[in-house]
Amino acid sequence: MSTALQEPEVQETPNYLNAEYGWKSWLFTKDHKRIAVLYLISISVMFALGGVFAMLIRLELLTPQGDLVNSDTYNKFFTMHGVTMIFFFLIPSIPATLGNFFVPMMIGAKDLAFPRINLLSWYIYIAGALFALAAIVMGGVDTGWTFYTPFSTTYSNTFVITAAVGVFIAGFSSILTGLNFIVTIHKMRAPGMTWGRLPLFVWANYATSLIQVLGTPVVAITLALVALERAFHIGIFDPAIGGDPILFQHMFWFYSHPAVYIMILPGMGVISELITCFSRKGVFGYSFIAGSSLGIAIIGFLVWGHHMFVTGMSMYAGLYFSLLTMLVAVPSAIKVFNWTATMFRGSISYETPMLYAFGFIGLFTIGGLTGLFLGTLGLDVHLTDTYFVVAHFHYVMVGGMVVAYLGGLHFWWPKITGKMYPEGWGKFSALLVFAGFNLTFFPQFIAGYLGQPRRYHAYAPEFQVLNVMSTAGASVLGLGFIIPLIYFLWSLKYGKKAGNNPWGAKGLEWETTSPPPTYNFETTPIVTEEAYAYAKHEEAHVG
Amino acid sequence: MSFPLWPEAASALATDVDHLYIYISLVSVVMCILIFGVIFIFAVKYRRRSDSEVPEPIHGSLRLEITWSIIPFLVMLTFFWWGAKIYFYNAVPPPNAMDVYVVAKQWMWKLQYPGGQREINELHVPIGQPVKLTLASEDVIHSFFIPALRIKHDVVPGHYDTMWFNANKPGRYHLFCAEYCGTEHSGMVGWVTVMTPADYQNWLAGGGQSGTMAQLGERMFEQLGCSGCHLENGKGRGPSLRGVYGSRVQLADGESIQADDAYLRESILNPNAKLAAGYRPGLMPSFQGQVTEEGILQLIVYIKSLAVATTPGAPTARIPSLLQTPTLQRVSVARLATQPNGGTQ
Repeated sequence: MSTALQEPEVQETPNYLNAEYGWKSWLFTKDHKRIAVLYLISISVMFALGGVFAMLIRLELLTPQGDLVNSDTYNKFFTMHGVTMIFFFLIPSIPATLGNFFVPMMIGAKDLAFPRINLLSWYIYIAGALFALAAIVMGGVDTGWTFYTPFSTTYSNTFVITAAVGVFIAGFSSILTGLNFIVTIHKMRAPGMTWGRLPLFVWANYATSLIQVLGTPVVAITLALVALERAFHIGIFDPAIGGDPILFQHMFWFYSHPAVYIMILPGMGVISELITCFSRKGVFGYSFIAGSSLGIAIIGFLVWGHHMFVTGMSMYAGLYFSLLTMLVAVPSAIKVFNWTATMFRGSISYETPMLYAFGFIGLFTIGGLTGLFLGTLGLDVHLTDTYFVVAHFHYVMVGGMVVAYLGGLHFWWPKITGKMYPEGWGKFSALLVFAGFNLTFFPQFIAGYLGQPRRYHAYAPEFQVLNVMSTAGASVLGLGFIIPLIYFLWSLKYGKKAGNNPWGAKGLEWETTSPPPTYNFETTPIVTEEAYAYAKHEEAHVG
Repeated sequence: MSFPLWPEAASALATDVDHLYIYISLVSVVMCILIFGVIFIFAVKYRRRSDSEVPEPIHGSLRLEITWSIIPFLVMLTFFWWGAKIYFYNAVPPPNAMDVYVVAKQWMWKLQYPGGQREINELHVPIGQPVKLTLASEDVIHSFFIPALRIKHDVVPGHYDTMWFNANKPGRYHLFCAEYCGTEHSGMVGWVTVMTPADYQNWLAGGGQSGTMAQLGERMFEQLGCSGCHLENGKGRGPSLRGVYGSRVQLADGESIQADDAYLRESILNPNAKLAAGYRPGLMPSFQGQVTEEGILQLIVYIKSLAVATTPGAPTARIPSLLQTPTLQRVSVARLATQPNGGTQ
């Protein structure tokens, strides 16, 4: 193709991608959009790495004997799968990429409040990821992503400290991003962009930022204590030297349960944007969706003990944690009902992002409902630490968060790159993800109720049929993730020009060019209407 | 290849848990049908017919928001209530339960019976007899999980945990370690054999044991030199242990404490932690590292036997006498759930 050599950039309008060239212009950038792209590349690498571990796990579990790798290697596979996916993909995923790119644009700001700190947070993330990679390359970690004591502090012979340091460092990246968002949303909204007019994606990122800032220090302290006990035998968690292993679990889950909401709230924010755009209709119950994000952020801090119902915790504490777990389900239910009501009398179209939104509602609803099974005390006694739990949190984390992330990526890809991806392939891979996901994880609910424990390298032969289904599904799911990677890269060169607003969406980010200029807007926008004012579009022209 | 979709249920509790599971599943299915059905109808009915159509916005409805917040929450409260009842039932072993002591270590289960029988990765129990397991760990956290009985409890080093069950169906059922514990975690599995009382008696008789747990504990009590100070007549350097188990002990700091398994264990391993009133700190050495978790359990069973020996009858008569009881009271879930005593650590 000789036409491709004609440097089409020459004709393009100035934008953040062609403003500067060379690797220095990327590695020293202070533009939130470029930093978002840096994050996008890095978390994609970590997602691929975590995905490779997932496939190795599923291959091993094809047969009950544990014959592909030895048990130590298997234990390292699921640990590294969990550590890379949770700390280096899911937690940064939407806030650091789509949030970083679009929170400032959606509120009409030129950038985040602290552009240098934003770049710093990416470098901190990379430093943390390098420690995690070093732990893998040196020989791996076998504690499970939960680092339970005293196994992690005294008994494991693997690179626990290296991995813990990696997670510790990455935590600061999360804290800084959260801080940056909070200050930006408070101080840098365009004239007229009141709190009541904020897009729901911004509200979701705001709630997420609160958890990041308040919760992450606790897990950092906890992992630092693990490293200290391991290195210097200070008796904190190991009972043989005067500690208490249950203390670790309280501290760990005090962060790691809210962390679940760090992972899912931004996804919910994306879904609010997708449902309104592809229903071409203002959102139903704006204040309830926005408020429920804050409700989840607050109540989410009070339910950590539901991970510990069989540890010998006081049964009265169990009552409290179970009741609050039921309560935290209410704001999530409110969101699902309001999204459904938004579609009522809408004008619904079925582009790829909307397919992901449908998928999200279906999978997240199942993930949420199965959370109630686990929040129910007497039932959790049987289900905890079985494949039921594995299925449940994958329905929330993958069926919810990853599907929302893919939906958001397809929705904003034209804005980020200025190019369209092939719609047919988009729809096809969205269906693959949905089908593959269900085939992978639904059988695990059944295996879990049958009693198959999680983190088993070899398992009882009667569980094999369900495990073969899971592995088959994982292959389909993997394909569903690889296809978008290919066509997104393809679209950078061959994709059709997107135009400023290919979906006819509302929101300030769609009023500027695609890709946006370095400072986002030619002139600071002035906001005169509520979010998602699709019907007002006509009136605005008339008046 | 067998391909079960539902686990066996070998106790009344397991059946109750199944009913709760079916109930929540049905509610969930109804919720899914409602939500997905409505979305499907909307998606078809309100599909975009022309590119120029602009639907009227609907801002919301407070009445709807309240309805779909309160009603699901009330339904969830029924889950909560039923689950809590089962949880409380699990937490309180009936007083007539037979004791079995479990010591977990990487990567095996070691079980001992008060009669002195010992097993590895096997648990034999009769039907119709509540069995209380006292769980201790020598190293990391494990979790004792019997899917057919729908119960599981973590085995935490430094703690004594208890769980109990009353099996009602003879058979061989899986025993799994459910808390990840290192290399051979998935090999830390075994079998629970539930037998008729007659078979169980035969099994008990077949075990060649070197003495009951209390006798083993008494021997150790002498070997470790405990008997040199804890004289029965109370005139030794340490207090007499006769009648101590289950009593309230006055502590040196003015507090008092129930002398239970956990207190006795702590006093053996760390005597100064909760010093009995009238004795000076440092008098008794720590036995940390000199006695295994199984040995500590034998010592405790021995000390326990000193508490009941004041009444006529041999201390070890406890188990056989229980087994002679043909029918054991079935305490209803509801009744136990209202008893707030015990169960906590």
